[in-house]
Amino acid sequence: MNYAVETFDLNRTFKLKKEKRKKNKNNESKVIALENVNVKIHQGELFGILGPNGAGKTTLIKILSTLLLPSSGTALVDGIDVVKYPEEVRKRINMVTGGEQCGYGILNVTETLWMFSQFYGISNRKAKTRIEELLKLLDMEKFAKTRIGKLSTGMKQKLNVMRGFVCDPKIMFLDEPTLGLDVQISRDVRKYVKTWLKEDPERTVLLTTHYMAEADELCDRLAVVDQGKVLVCDSPQNLKRSLTKDAIFHIEVNLILNGMEKFAHIPGVKKFAYEHKNHLGRTLLKFILEDESAISKVTESISDNGSKIVSLTKVEPSLEDVFVALVGRGLKDEN
Amino acid sequence: MRTDLKTNIKAIIARAYVRIVAANREPSWWLTETLLPILSTAAYVYVYKALEAPEEYTGFVILGGTMSAYWIFVLWSMAAQFYWEKEIGNLDLYMIAPISRMSILLGMASGGVFLATTRAVCIFLAGSLIFKVDFSIISFPKLFAVFILTLVGLYGLGMLFSSLFMLYGREAWHGVTLLQEPVHLLSGFFFPVKSLGFAVAFGASLIPLTLGLDAMRQLAFKAGAESGFINVNLEIIALVVLCIFFLVISKYAWDFMEKLAKKEGRLTLRWQ
Repeated sequence: MNYAVETFDLNRTFKLKKEKRKKNKNNESKVIALENVNVKIHQGELFGILGPNGAGKTTLIKILSTLLLPSSGTALVDGIDVVKYPEEVRKRINMVTGGEQCGYGILNVTETLWMFSQFYGISNRKAKTRIEELLKLLDMEKFAKTRIGKLSTGMKQKLNVMRGFVCDPKIMFLDEPTLGLDVQISRDVRKYVKTWLKEDPERTVLLTTHYMAEADELCDRLAVVDQGKVLVCDSPQNLKRSLTKDAIFHIEVNLILNGMEKFAHIPGVKKFAYEHKNHLGRTLLKFILEDESAISKVTESISDNGSKIVSLTKVEPSLEDVFVALVGRGLKDEN
Repeated sequence: MRTDLKTNIKAIIARAYVRIVAANREPSWWLTETLLPILSTAAYVYVYKALEAPEEYTGFVILGGTMSAYWIFVLWSMAAQFYWEKEIGNLDLYMIAPISRMSILLGMASGGVFLATTRAVCIFLAGSLIFKVDFSIISFPKLFAVFILTLVGLYGLGMLFSSLFMLYGREAWHGVTLLQEPVHLLSGFFFPVKSLGFAVAFGASLIPLTLGLDAMRQLAFKAGAESGFINVNLEIIALVVLCIFFLVISKYAWDFMEKLAKKEGRLTLRWQ
């Protein structure tokens, strides 16, 4: 079996500076970013890494893209060790990070793409063709001669995506590529990623995201990560299927609730998470119950708490619920 | 191997392109980089004239002003450039590209030579014409060789500094700021370095500009040799050694700093 990416007991820790150590509750001298991460990504696969901020997604991508050394363990990209042969790995990869810019404000879009194509040794003729294709596919033709300093944030991110694909890498690392983009631009980017992957069976994409819908829509398989550990790895369908026996309820209440730990201890509640909707002054409570009968005790407890239920919905399992079931909190939880 | 070389050459051209295009798209650059630098050089000329210093000193100052264009460029547009590259996110993209970091630096340097040379030529021509500098070239080939060696040594020093910026970011910025003025003094931009005394001038010779300027003055002016620090031929040999030293050490410094930065997780760390 050809793997595009393989990791073996990959670990990465970061030393904390003295001043940060003081702020740390446990006075720890280091932070564990990755802990014994073992993933195998098949060639041709669109593999997702789903997890909250600080879960270790970007650290993993940085190690795989040769920007960071692991503390221990091994990482292979296209069968090549990223620590021993980074130059060989670099010939096969590229990376797009969400919320980042690329190039120089003084250059226009075409010039920027040309410049980055040159770093991969692409001939001028091939680069020109590829740039024209990308501009067309991502609906950026009319901005071809616009200086990037004058582009909107969304357009700059589109340019960043094009910059990643202009060298046509074998393995593409997409680190939150649609972060902060509007719906239409995100859709364009996702559509392009899918098209690009389909064109050649040897191409592979590793996508990190904390957007459920994106992971669900794009990924063949995904790993759910939290606090540097891979909790589970399967297709989105299988992950969701694992919760079909449970009853999942989303309840919206009319207050911003605090101290909700007691909801997790209601009999019949398997997992509980919440999301504050500050702009509405409401809280969305997410319950995974052993069976539907437990809902009465839940509603009772909410009423006892002095809040009023605005809506109660039984939902089909989503990836967010998978995360709640695994971790005991939602991806957007503050706790 | 051949493909790698081709890719690296393409990278040099592509990175140099940014600098050349930038110069032509920023009209204000022509004012700030051509007209204004003449003013500070002129100030030194007037000081010497007021003191009734020998005529050659006007030429010494013009030559010093000309070469300062390259020093300012190496410090702020090459070494410190890596600080900005890191902040705006380009450094990550350079580091994951299958090219030598030296190609990016060479691209910056070769694009920058165009800009710095424009500044230098303006100072040189305007200064020489306005103050009627009397050049008396002893050996053109030697003068040209010293000029090229000085530039190579200087850019080697810039490459070395850039590795510090790559790792330390703003911390390196402070360090280099501290260097700017002492180098102005020690390199003898506006006076013969011999005036500093042998020990100080010898120490200052670690900066390629010191020997380069001294040798150029000896080769370009009749009375240059009298105020020269050491024999020109010795200075040429020392410059060759410095060029090799800085180019080699900058390569090792880059490899070391890159490894350290990856180990400590500082390669892509912003706002440090």
